[in-house]
Amino acid sequence: MGESFAAVMPANAYNWIAVWRRNFLAWKKVALASILGNLADPITNLFGLGFGLGLIVGRVEGTSYIAFLAAGMVATSAMTSATFETMYAAFARMDAKRTWEAILSTQLTLGDIVLGELVWAASKSVLAGTAIGIVAATLGYASWPSILYAMPTIALTGLVFASLAMVVIALAPSYDYFVFYQTLVLTPMVFLCGVVFPASQLPGSFQQFAGLLPLAHSVDLIRPVMLERGADSAALHVGALCVYAVLPFFASTALLRRRLLR
Amino acid sequence: MSTVAIELAGVKKSFGDKVIVNELSFSVARGECFGLLGPNGAGKSTIARMLLGMISPDAGTITVLNEPVPSRARVARVRIGVVPQFDNLELEFTVRENLLVFGRYFGMSARKIEAVAPSLLEFARLESKADVRVSELSGGMKRRLTLARALINDPHLLVMDEPTTGLDPHARHLIWERLRVLLARGKTILLTTHFMEEAERLCDRLCVLEGGRKIAEGMPDGLIDEHIGCNVVEIYGDDPHQLCELIRPHARHIEVSGETLFCYTPHPDQVRVKLRGRAGLRILQRPPNLEDVFLRLTGREMEK
Repeated sequence: MGESFAAVMPANAYNWIAVWRRNFLAWKKVALASILGNLADPITNLFGLGFGLGLIVGRVEGTSYIAFLAAGMVATSAMTSATFETMYAAFARMDAKRTWEAILSTQLTLGDIVLGELVWAASKSVLAGTAIGIVAATLGYASWPSILYAMPTIALTGLVFASLAMVVIALAPSYDYFVFYQTLVLTPMVFLCGVVFPASQLPGSFQQFAGLLPLAHSVDLIRPVMLERGADSAALHVGALCVYAVLPFFASTALLRRRLLR
Repeated sequence: MSTVAIELAGVKKSFGDKVIVNELSFSVARGECFGLLGPNGAGKSTIARMLLGMISPDAGTITVLNEPVPSRARVARVRIGVVPQFDNLELEFTVRENLLVFGRYFGMSARKIEAVAPSLLEFARLESKADVRVSELSGGMKRRLTLARALINDPHLLVMDEPTTGLDPHARHLIWERLRVLLARGKTILLTTHFMEEAERLCDRLCVLEGGRKIAEGMPDGLIDEHIGCNVVEIYGDDPHQLCELIRPHARHIEVSGETLFCYTPHPDQVRVKLRGRAGLRILQRPPNLEDVFLRLTGREMEK
């Protein structure tokens, strides 16, 4: 078991790049549509909620509501972008398109493929998160350099949620099961993790629970950066996100091995 | 370097209660074309996937290109080309991009891939299609591209799972001709097939499988001589069991499958004389082939 599990782990530090480049080549062919899609959804939310709700809410934590929300949206879009890329696109490559099967007949291992897919999904998160940051900066709700500073956290957030979604696709028999993960895990997380309102508004026990969720750590890192404040316990948040990225990677690779290599 | 390309010894595999591969042993020499012949469900694809380390045997040992599999399958795969049963090309990519992307999985540089691509495209007769999207290619062209893709790492061994299933006769003959060219270049080929003609034309040796078990192994001609060794008269158009009684004295062996009667006889003329005058009978006299061997060994036809 130990030896054969080692055989599916990434074979070296660079094999995954071939998988990333395959996805990049495919993405380049539809880049324009992809970027517009990345922008349209968060812009709608930002304008709809920010202007509409902002009128009622006024200022939140010493800033305008739209600036508060923009920072939360950056983290959320990193989450959804990586999740959807993994749950739908990577699942298709694993299942219907048989892309992974083709790759497994080369010198790459399953771990190389999983790693390549995770980094790719994180790359798309950077694109999606940065796109909102740019919208926010253009409207004057964040400073331009802060977008740059937020990028590493956006990438890490992408890695975390790609990694978690990889566990979901390793277990889900078909697309139909993904909706459970969306509605029972992701959507509640948006409301628990201080994206649309401060988590301090939640009852105490909820706050404690929310503090364990990956999106909360991501929001707690990105918002101070975008609002140019000092982040509290940044090392703790980064550490928690790293755990959320690494553990599911091993779990999903083990589960996918059972699913694909019997 | 060993002269043996593939060695299986006592390999077993079950999924749940179902035994897929049962105590299978065979070996394939370098430069040989070895066929795994059997009907659907005989375990052919499972064996092909086991050679690549994608399925682990429950018992027994597998050695491919001197590497133990599955533990060092990754190392073996560096020198293996694979043609899977179902095409898994990148449909949105062009022919050339497919080669580029696949070459990268073997750690090849873009320059190196560009250097070998023209000869691969020429080999696959796809020179004029280099910049066409794969989704626009015909089934035969896709298959040839899969073959070209399998050659990108200049493999010693090709593992092909039903390489011509689903192709029309013309496309199939073109693939066979290309495979003979590869054999002439000294490549080792392991192919699975349920086409007797394919096995007879291409394979130096083959292993006939049924229900995961080896029921015969040898050269195609040798198997035919050993198990049949005489002419075949196929008769249909009347009650086969009634006909059976009529010609039995002149037959060495008779098989009935569906509405067709297979009469194995060294004296086909005498059989014809017996049947003379019976209206509506269709009689076909032919040399024996692997289909007859399979029928003889299992009591049923392969593609039924």
